[in-house]
Amino acid sequence: MIISILRSETGTHQNYRLPAGEIPLLSALVYIKETQDATLTFSAGCRASVCGTCAVRVNGREELACSYKVKPGDVVEPLQYHPVLRDLKVDKSGAKTTLKRGQTWLHSYTEAALTPKEEHLTEKQTDCILCDSCYSACPVFAVNPDFLGPFALTRAYRYTVDKREGEPKSIVDAVQQNGVWDCTLCGECTAVCPKGIDPKMDITMLRAESVKHGHSNPSFSSQSFGTPDFGGGGFGFDPNAGF
Amino acid sequence: MVDVLVIGSGGAGLSAALAAKEAGASVLVVGKMYPTNSQTSMAQGGMNAALGNVEEDHVSLHIADTIKSAHGLCDEDMVRQMCADAPKTIEWLETLGMPFSRLERENDSTRYPLPATRSIAQRQMGGASAKRACYAQDYTGLKLLHTLYDTCLKEGVDFLDEHFLLNLIVPDDTVKGATFLDIRSGEVKQVDAKSVVIATGGYGSIYHGFTTNMYGATGDGIAAVLRAGGAVSDMEFVQFHPTALKHSCILVSESARGEGGYLVNEAGERFVDELKPRDEVARAIFMQMKEGQRVFLDVRHLGEAKLMELLPQEVELCKIHEHVDPAKELIPIKPVAHYSMGGIDVDGALEVNGIKGCFAAGECSNAKVHGANRLGGNSLLEITAFGRFAGENAFKHAVYASSKPADDAQRSKDEAAIKALFAQESGESFYTYREKLGELFYEKVGIVRENNQLNEALEEVIAMQVAQKQMGIGDKSRNNNQNLIELLEFKNALLLAPAIISAAIARDESRGAHFKVGFEEESDAFKKHIVLQWKKETA
Repeated sequence: MIISILRSETGTHQNYRLPAGEIPLLSALVYIKETQDATLTFSAGCRASVCGTCAVRVNGREELACSYKVKPGDVVEPLQYHPVLRDLKVDKSGAKTTLKRGQTWLHSYTEAALTPKEEHLTEKQTDCILCDSCYSACPVFAVNPDFLGPFALTRAYRYTVDKREGEPKSIVDAVQQNGVWDCTLCGECTAVCPKGIDPKMDITMLRAESVKHGHSNPSFSSQSFGTPDFGGGGFGFDPNAGF
Repeated sequence: MVDVLVIGSGGAGLSAALAAKEAGASVLVVGKMYPTNSQTSMAQGGMNAALGNVEEDHVSLHIADTIKSAHGLCDEDMVRQMCADAPKTIEWLETLGMPFSRLERENDSTRYPLPATRSIAQRQMGGASAKRACYAQDYTGLKLLHTLYDTCLKEGVDFLDEHFLLNLIVPDDTVKGATFLDIRSGEVKQVDAKSVVIATGGYGSIYHGFTTNMYGATGDGIAAVLRAGGAVSDMEFVQFHPTALKHSCILVSESARGEGGYLVNEAGERFVDELKPRDEVARAIFMQMKEGQRVFLDVRHLGEAKLMELLPQEVELCKIHEHVDPAKELIPIKPVAHYSMGGIDVDGALEVNGIKGCFAAGECSNAKVHGANRLGGNSLLEITAFGRFAGENAFKHAVYASSKPADDAQRSKDEAAIKALFAQESGESFYTYREKLGELFYEKVGIVRENNQLNEALEEVIAMQVAQKQMGIGDKSRNNNQNLIELLEFKNALLLAPAIISAAIARDESRGAHFKVGFEEESDAFKKHIVLQWKKETA
């Protein structure tokens, strides 16, 4: 079977031939590097969908190379909205910047013996492996590179609703600018998350938390709808909010 | 010049960095990947601490279990310290927001209200006399790592990502920093430091193709310590995990058995107590396979709901990589290399023997808490508790260390070596050798060893070291050259290979994970650590 990979040096897609049979894309990339082309560059780690290193785009959709099974004719490209360092390897240092800006950590510990129900509130959110798939799929980055983005907002939400967080307002305050209101709720992030996390829902919930802490949707207030609490608790139903 | 340079950004490195920072040090964490990519993310089952949340348990029992599993090869003081530190390590993680799984306690009015850690769920692991492993589903390592990372960002810990360790700078037996290859630019850089914590992980990837470990677990820090004149010990003790997926070698957590999973052969018969320590279970599976049996993990009786609650990651991985639904079908498994008990030889303060001011923590270090066989749930504990301890001690050293940086002799030397690798014609593909080395180790330095096979393996490895001189890189790009990094990693693995084999040859007995045909019993003559150190080059 033949697959095609976008090479950064030439800016063109290069075809590679693989033996038939079902293999993960990552194994295919390793096979190509070992036997055909040592210059093909990609990042890889655990092979088990948990280290977040190997996300790429296959036929325009974000996939972990280690769990995606190669099909004939697949077109493999690097993640979007990340500077490409070489071939499929991108610069992911932006994650640190957005997490810092969103202050996505426990600000002030308050003793509370969590129940299973309380832990389940953020169980899915803490499955995040920072693979950057959601950033690549998020169309907001096409118009606003300063957007905090799905995983940072999911993480912000995760700490905000942790019962042990004594200062949730600090986190909520940190995600107002280029953050929680700038999402269009298109759900692309949710569709591509390899861990089944739903950042769209988390962002919606984080809007509700924002309203609880006295913030409001800036695009609503500028549109003069008259009532300050428009939006029923901050759930953004306007798909173009923030643009 | 930074006070504490932490090399490696997994759980041990981040714990060390946080402790050093808390003590007042300036800290820089340097890693070859991004922090959250590290192998800590792959740890699944849990982290031991005798909290007694589920059933009666005591620190003394945790100590006794650990010593028993170590088969006489641990430092009991170090074990005592680690186990005694465990409850407060869990408390520390709790204050950082670690999302542990929790217990239902609503009906237990006598024990409410509770200190926060009393609601943390604990599960059974092999070789443990109580339900002792605190966990977060089967994502314990992932969630621990990310909690530590979030806290590092909070505390303003500085990171230098994508920098590959080349060598420690050790003039006159005291560490003064290290040299790195900046993977992005291809530059060789020197980082000056008053003290160093090595937290670079184990060497399981020598068993390439037969390990649960990630590609990069090539013992880079251990190899650097050997080159710099430090000591390594217990290198022959490599833990084989009983249950890796048969075709992909992806780990299926011990907690699958802890929660009640069975091991069965083709006839559907159970053949071993599944909750024995890993060395015994792995050998029992190996013997079955030698008799031509296929071996399976059976968790069907736990039911889908329980599996999704306790082991969601396993269910997913089985479906992707084996096309098996664990709720309905048997999971094909085999034992593969999983954990390096041996590593950098350290003293009671985790300072490297032979290199002053240099500390080591986590899987790369041999703090002598695991001995001949590590218990499940003790590695996440070690990286956190001893990671912090190493960070604290590194800071103490830095306070009195000289602030005069080393000259650039090491950097120049390393620059020349990298240049030579670029100039080297790529006669032989090291990738072929990487595969060969993995097979050789699994076959001849594996679960059951024999002296003649070990000697053959040693000869083959020495031949590979000779052939190494002909191995170059096909990719001549200076920037982002993963081909070069993989060659450097392979060289580290190949450097450690003879240390493992020669220690295994010397140890004419069977103890824990080291089992030798013809010497099937423990021998008092070998109740000791085999320590290896390179002779000083005479100028």
